[in-house]
Amino acid sequence: MRTRISADAVRLLIPALSLTVLLAAVFWLQPRAMSYVGLNLLFNLAVPIALATIAQMLIMAVNDLDLSMGTFVSFVACVTATFLRDAPLLGVLILIGAIGVYALLGIVIHLRNLPSIVVTLGMSFVWAGLAVLLLPAPGGQAPDWVRALMTMKPPFAPIAIVASIVIAAVAHLIVMRSSLGVLIRGVGGNERSVERAGWSVLGARAAAYGLAGLFAVLAGIALVGLTTSADANIALRYTLLSIAGVILGGGEFIGGRVSPIGAVVGALTLTLAGSFLSFLRISPDWQIGAQGAILIVVLALRLVLNRIETREKRR
Amino acid sequence: MTLFGQVARKTWIWSWIAAVVVWFVTILVTGGASAFGLTQAALTFAAFSIIVGIGQMFVITLGPGNIDLSVPATMTLAGTVALKLMNVDDGMILAGLFTAVLIGIAVGIGNYALIKLLRIPPIIATLSMSFIVQSTAIWTNRGLRIKPPPFLADFTTSSTFGVPNVALVALFLSLLAWLLLEKTVYGRWISAIGQSMPAAKMAGIPVDGTRFVTYVFCAVLAALSGYLLACFSGGAALNMGAEYLLMSIAVVVIGGTAVAGGDSNVPGIWGASLFMFLVVSMLNTYGLGAGVRLIMTGLIIIGVIMLAGGRQPGAR
Repeated sequence: MRTRISADAVRLLIPALSLTVLLAAVFWLQPRAMSYVGLNLLFNLAVPIALATIAQMLIMAVNDLDLSMGTFVSFVACVTATFLRDAPLLGVLILIGAIGVYALLGIVIHLRNLPSIVVTLGMSFVWAGLAVLLLPAPGGQAPDWVRALMTMKPPFAPIAIVASIVIAAVAHLIVMRSSLGVLIRGVGGNERSVERAGWSVLGARAAAYGLAGLFAVLAGIALVGLTTSADANIALRYTLLSIAGVILGGGEFIGGRVSPIGAVVGALTLTLAGSFLSFLRISPDWQIGAQGAILIVVLALRLVLNRIETREKRR
Repeated sequence: MTLFGQVARKTWIWSWIAAVVVWFVTILVTGGASAFGLTQAALTFAAFSIIVGIGQMFVITLGPGNIDLSVPATMTLAGTVALKLMNVDDGMILAGLFTAVLIGIAVGIGNYALIKLLRIPPIIATLSMSFIVQSTAIWTNRGLRIKPPPFLADFTTSSTFGVPNVALVALFLSLLAWLLLEKTVYGRWISAIGQSMPAAKMAGIPVDGTRFVTYVFCAVLAALSGYLLACFSGGAALNMGAEYLLMSIAVVVIGGTAVAGGDSNVPGIWGASLFMFLVVSMLNTYGLGAGVRLIMTGLIIIGVIMLAGGRQPGAR
């Protein structure tokens, strides 16, 4: 490594590397996956997870953590499968209201100096309750336009890949290139200095939460587009998946160090890990365990690469 | 010192006030008829979250980012394996208990090994570990439901002098935890690490050793709780730990332990655990459906944290 690589690039190197290795392994096990349809099937479910991961990443950028992500995405899925189809205007209003609640949470957390873990823990019960009220039993139906969007067949690359690239690009523009993004990451890095520089930390936190709400809403809509119907428990595992995705993608819990492209790659890696295991014909008993093992291996890889990097720096 | 004592008292008093209020409101509806039964049920069900909550509290006290997400999986694995080993035989009770504790120790060692060797944030480390533990539980369980030994089933479901036995076990463990926290060097070390890890290191505190013991302690308590819960509910189920993931965090925080770490208290865990159970039974008494019940639970958690929280910025 003679050429100097920026810290951001190194941060991206590990997630990209793990995704490539996993993808190569899947292709080796099942060459038929190397096709338009195969790729779409592999990454289909990654789209909502990637959106939820971006949402979680925005919250983590201001040093907070959202434990209600899974129940919130489930709630949005229920709204999408009921109101958004039958009464689109009301449905849109509900979803905008939900984004408003997210921004409000950011304000309350900031003003009262509350631990975000507890507030979002409480909210996770609220969203779950609302979802159960909407759809006591699995049901509902995806609006036609959502379904059409998610099953679109663009030329060259399957929709799952196109969508992931678009999500990564948009999130990158917002978080890494816009002044709002810099402000949000600044709050995570050093809240006090942002405040002294004359910016409103309150506004930045509210914006981060509001944006997170927006991405989480998109995640819920995308999920229903794939599954065609909803259920109050449809996305419960998204809370942990989204946190794992951000970390896999090179993000950190504190310090505003996040990477949107990395987060999307992390979400893709997590999804692919599941497919990889089923191709390996591992007994279903061990599927979850093997997913944990893959998570550990990837993080170990990151440690090794970080060590190499610091050694290079010392020279 | 007296001022400090007063402030310390305030952090846990909120959860107790909330619990008592909810208890009264519930009793009002039933006309006082079920006061004794309700108290007993609350003590019984709260006991499990108290045992898990104490372990989680020790971990959270270690400072920001320290949370053990492997608690539910550990409970399930310990309950499953212990019941399988005992195989409805009263003679094997101690062996089962010993196995449960061993499982706890193993999970705790695994958790800390990941945190230390791979330098993974504890949340992700314990999450990965919980996947593996959960898989092991699925593999050993195979959908079988083995009954607990008759003596244990009897012990966990009955009471002594009107107090449920499981609550007595929880009381014993709480006293132990209180002694550890308040009267031993180890307790001081945990708080010191939670307040500032670099400072604790400078002061010569064995940071690694203390954190290691804490993670093992938390996993052992989760295993014990799983063992008791499996016996209480007449067999282990694969999802029996699920609700204790959020519950263990909720009782710690509502109980007044600082999420930022370095400040913990045992009585708050009792108040918060009783409160969490009583809220659900109150809403049940009022005949509200599952959806409304969940929403109310969430709003009450947020309400309590808004009343009790809001410490002055900078104070950890």
